Amino acid sequence: MKEHLVLRVVTKFLMPFILLFALYVQFHGDYGPGGGFQAGVIFGSAFILYALIFGVPALQRILPRGILRLGIAGGVLIYACVGVAGLLLGANYLDYSPLAHDPPHGQHLGILLIEFGVGLTVSCVMVTIFVTFAGWRR
Amino acid sequence: MACTAIAIALLRNLVAVVMLGGIFSLLSAAMFVVLDAVDVAFTEAAVGAGISTMLLLATLSLTTTQEKQPRRPVEKLPAHRQPWLPLAVVAVTGAALVYGSLDMSRYGDPDAITNRHVVPRYIEKTVEETGVPNVVTSVLASYRGYDTLGEVTVIFTAGIGVILLLGTWRRTARRRRERSDAP
Repeated sequence: MKEHLVLRVVTKFLMPFILLFALYVQFHGDYGPGGGFQAGVIFGSAFILYALIFGVPALQRILPRGILRLGIAGGVLIYACVGVAGLLLGANYLDYSPLAHDPPHGQHLGILLIEFGVGLTVSCVMVTIFVTFAGWRR
Repeated sequence: MACTAIAIALLRNLVAVVMLGGIFSLLSAAMFVVLDAVDVAFTEAAVGAGISTMLLLATLSLTTTQEKQPRRPVEKLPAHRQPWLPLAVVAVTGAALVYGSLDMSRYGDPDAITNRHVVPRYIEKTVEETGVPNVVTSVLASYRGYDTLGEVTVIFTAGIGVILLLGTWRRTARRRRERSDAP
């Protein structure tokens, strides 16, 4: 699709807004609708749009495969580690209360961290699935 | 929504089927908004209408865009080979689902048994215990943290599965091709 000037310009124009909206959904999920899953999908779809318009090799230049795989594993790891951190600080697994000076703040921090882990894994998996499908040639 | 579903069943062009699937997801998202489940609607719109449509289109680009024609059209089959059994299975399952829904409590009924167990406690204590005003987020990430960890692990497994099935196969095929080209 390299010859479609309108699509290329519009994509370049829209990319930052899609990414910004994804970050808003990610970190505002505590107060409004949204959270890690939705934000991850929106974040991933921005890169999928980029790959659709500029081609998979261009995407792999800005987002190498190694980083994607690191993100896939890293998100789950962040989630599990937050749980273990609670365990080490003397609470149950995935109880975030002891993470800060008082339980509500600890819970808030824990939710923020695990939502970040969810978003990281989901966005990297979505981009990886698309890149693997689109880069696969018979 | 019913029209979209019937059209999906009748069409043979798979690109159109995928598109209608996306429209169906978007209509479901609108339905969830009407039911006041904004978080679910958001997920449905982003995942169902957005990403999965995209991934299905990517799959179609790898396979084919036309559904295979049956060797003999259904109208020409003899009476005993007409698809009666699938029709019966679908009808019975549908009837059972409708029968099961008859017992459900009225939508949004505060006295319903599902709304009396832990729901009032979550709604009352969420802000006090987690400091998060969105109850959906606090239930998802804190009260039901194990479930969400499981969900993330499912997504993780899906990603790993795709990498293992398609990513590696491609590289080995290329290597094999290079090796056969070499001599």
